[in-house]
Amino acid sequence: MVKEKRQIVVPGETVISGNEFLPGDGAYRAGEDVVAGRFGIANIFEKHVRVIPVSGAYYPRRGNTIIGTIVDITFNGWLINFGGAQNAFLPVAEVPMYVNKNEMREFLDFGESVIVKVWDVKSRGVDVSMKMRGFGKVEGGMIISVGPNQVPRIIGKEGSMVKIIKAATGCDVTVGQNGKVWISGKDTDSEVAAKKIIEFIVENSVIIGLTEKVEKMIAEMGLDVEKVEIVAEDTDVEDKE
Amino acid sequence: MSDFIMPNLQREKIEEYLGEGKRLDGRKSDEYRKLLVEDGVSKNAASAVRVRFGKTEVLAGVHLALATPYPDSPDSGTFMTSAELHPMASQQFDIGRPGINSIELARVIDRGIRESGFIDMKKLCIKEGEKVYQVFVDIFAINDDGNLLDVAGLAALIALGRARMPIYNEEEDKIDGYSEEEGIPLNKDVLSFSMTFHKVGDVIVADVGHDEEAISKFRLTIAMGDNNGKPRITAMQKGKAGTISNEDMENILKLAESKWTEMFPKIKKHVFG
Amino acid sequence: MMVEGLYTKREDGRKFDEVRPMKAKVGIVPSADGSASFETGKTKAIAVVRGPRTLHPQHMQNAQTGILRVSYGMMPFSVEDRIRPGPNRRSEEISKVTEWALSSVVDLSGFPNTVVDVFVQIPQADAGTRVAGINAAALALAHAGIPMKEMVSAIGVGKIDKTLVVDLNKYEDSIFHDGEGSTDIPVVMTSRTKEIALLQLDGKISVDEFKETIEMAKKACDDILKVQMDALKNVSEESNE
Repeated sequence: MVKEKRQIVVPGETVISGNEFLPGDGAYRAGEDVVAGRFGIANIFEKHVRVIPVSGAYYPRRGNTIIGTIVDITFNGWLINFGGAQNAFLPVAEVPMYVNKNEMREFLDFGESVIVKVWDVKSRGVDVSMKMRGFGKVEGGMIISVGPNQVPRIIGKEGSMVKIIKAATGCDVTVGQNGKVWISGKDTDSEVAAKKIIEFIVENSVIIGLTEKVEKMIAEMGLDVEKVEIVAEDTDVEDKE
Repeated sequence: MSDFIMPNLQREKIEEYLGEGKRLDGRKSDEYRKLLVEDGVSKNAASAVRVRFGKTEVLAGVHLALATPYPDSPDSGTFMTSAELHPMASQQFDIGRPGINSIELARVIDRGIRESGFIDMKKLCIKEGEKVYQVFVDIFAINDDGNLLDVAGLAALIALGRARMPIYNEEEDKIDGYSEEEGIPLNKDVLSFSMTFHKVGDVIVADVGHDEEAISKFRLTIAMGDNNGKPRITAMQKGKAGTISNEDMENILKLAESKWTEMFPKIKKHVFG
Repeated sequence: MMVEGLYTKREDGRKFDEVRPMKAKVGIVPSADGSASFETGKTKAIAVVRGPRTLHPQHMQNAQTGILRVSYGMMPFSVEDRIRPGPNRRSEEISKVTEWALSSVVDLSGFPNTVVDVFVQIPQADAGTRVAGINAAALALAHAGIPMKEMVSAIGVGKIDKTLVVDLNKYEDSIFHDGEGSTDIPVVMTSRTKEIALLQLDGKISVDEFKETIEMAKKACDDILKVQMDALKNVSEESNE
């Protein structure tokens, strides 16, 4: 039996009625009804109702992977701009090696970019870490911005779309949940090709059969998907809440 | 979303790729984005148009009002340009009084139109020393994706080109709407439009996008008009702190001449229909 | 409806309770977090949302909630007599009443110390600009993914001589002066609880007539809500622009 149901809802609209349903993120209860508390896709899963935004700014959540840029250095850490309401803070203790407080700029300097994990979201700001594998300073390549709500489409089911882009262009593609995408390839031409494919995905976001369309577009660009071996690397971004 | 911060690697990438003669959006270094023009933004004004280069979007409207002429030119209409680089258009624009960017933009456009004599001010005199038309050009930025200067300048010209003449009611001394056929008096042969070139990395770039504009060393705006089929400079404005070398200047002038030759017929068509 | 008095037929041929043709669209300004346009007849409004973002100066911040800030303005070429660019007394007042109307449904408690800016602009005016602006602003806020308990819809109702009308145009609002003259009542209704979020009145009207106009406003707002919901629900089917 299918227990999952999706529909687009508008603030104030009843998603479903019944006391057995529980309002989650983006939903609230009004009498018998569970009501949308923002615009987005209503997701009802085993009596649990959420409204997932389809547009708008990025709101950091614990566990998110984000890509950002150093904008300030304090006595005990770095401030990172990632396109959120506030900057994120990376404490000196949350980097994978010991950094002397006098040599923080040598490790991470103004304008340098990082991939970090959201550790804590507080009212005053966001704390991040790069201690785990797969996080750290970003060198070379380019960063492009997409709508944060487009991120799942760019990643694709179990990373399928990222794998297609990689197969076609040879570029590593890392997608931050804040809508920043780091593309790194052997030359800028291949990175620009990857950027073009990503922009195509963004523009055609809800059309059914997106994968086929992307493959067709890649063929039209004269790129050969077969030629490049698909490497099963962890470019996927977790969203476990 | 908070303020835009350019990562170092992005700056390096843009500059390095321009070194190969290419841009990240697929354009060549001297290539303009597609110009889109729409009419009829407001039927309450003499004209109001929407002009776009890619995602950079500007509205411009023209109004004519009754005014007293200046004592030193009693038989001439008057002219004023204002611009709002509204916070609607970009994270970087502030609320409240027009910032220096709005003021500079309005002044550069105002000077270009005024000094070229594009509007035939003598024909905007109703009664010498007493009553003339005052022409207002109002520019409003909707979305900034770089090169607002050129888009706003074109929008102003196109709005003027399509502006209708007011109907003057002498008895009540007021304006009764606008004529359907008659446009405002323009000296069509002095039409000049401006092109802004930025130095990004080591390359001179036309029609910059947002990121290119953010990292450019200097910009040079050149307005050019038609002198027997050849471009002639009518106004210039250098912006930002970087300096222009002899070689830069040579390159910019060469580029400006060829771009003018390519674009002038199209722009003329947009302005005069 | 019984028609007495001088205004027996509407200047533009509409029925007395008829709203002008409406058009709404979201996603009109690419660099914004949310944006929308709303038109009734010749009145056009656009609204852009930026935020949540850190509020400067810091002493204006509220540690318990984000702040909604509205700025309304008419473009210089929107009316026959040019309007000087920048704020004036009228636009400041409308900004404030719009802010109150929107704040009644917006919930920024999840974004302390931040501000959400709403910019409303009128490119072409034919009366009813504040209500068109509020309709656009509610759409832009929803489009920005801002938490909202419900939507709001806005309409101008009123009385022309002895006749009650919905959605006054410029002739009815400011040119008609005969008999009892023109009474203009902008009303904002919340979409779910059906309560009044904005009310202003300017003219002469009996208590019974006033009550009737509010009922007319409620009915009109139901129709406006449908247009708003369609604009939001269609957004995800369309590609960008």
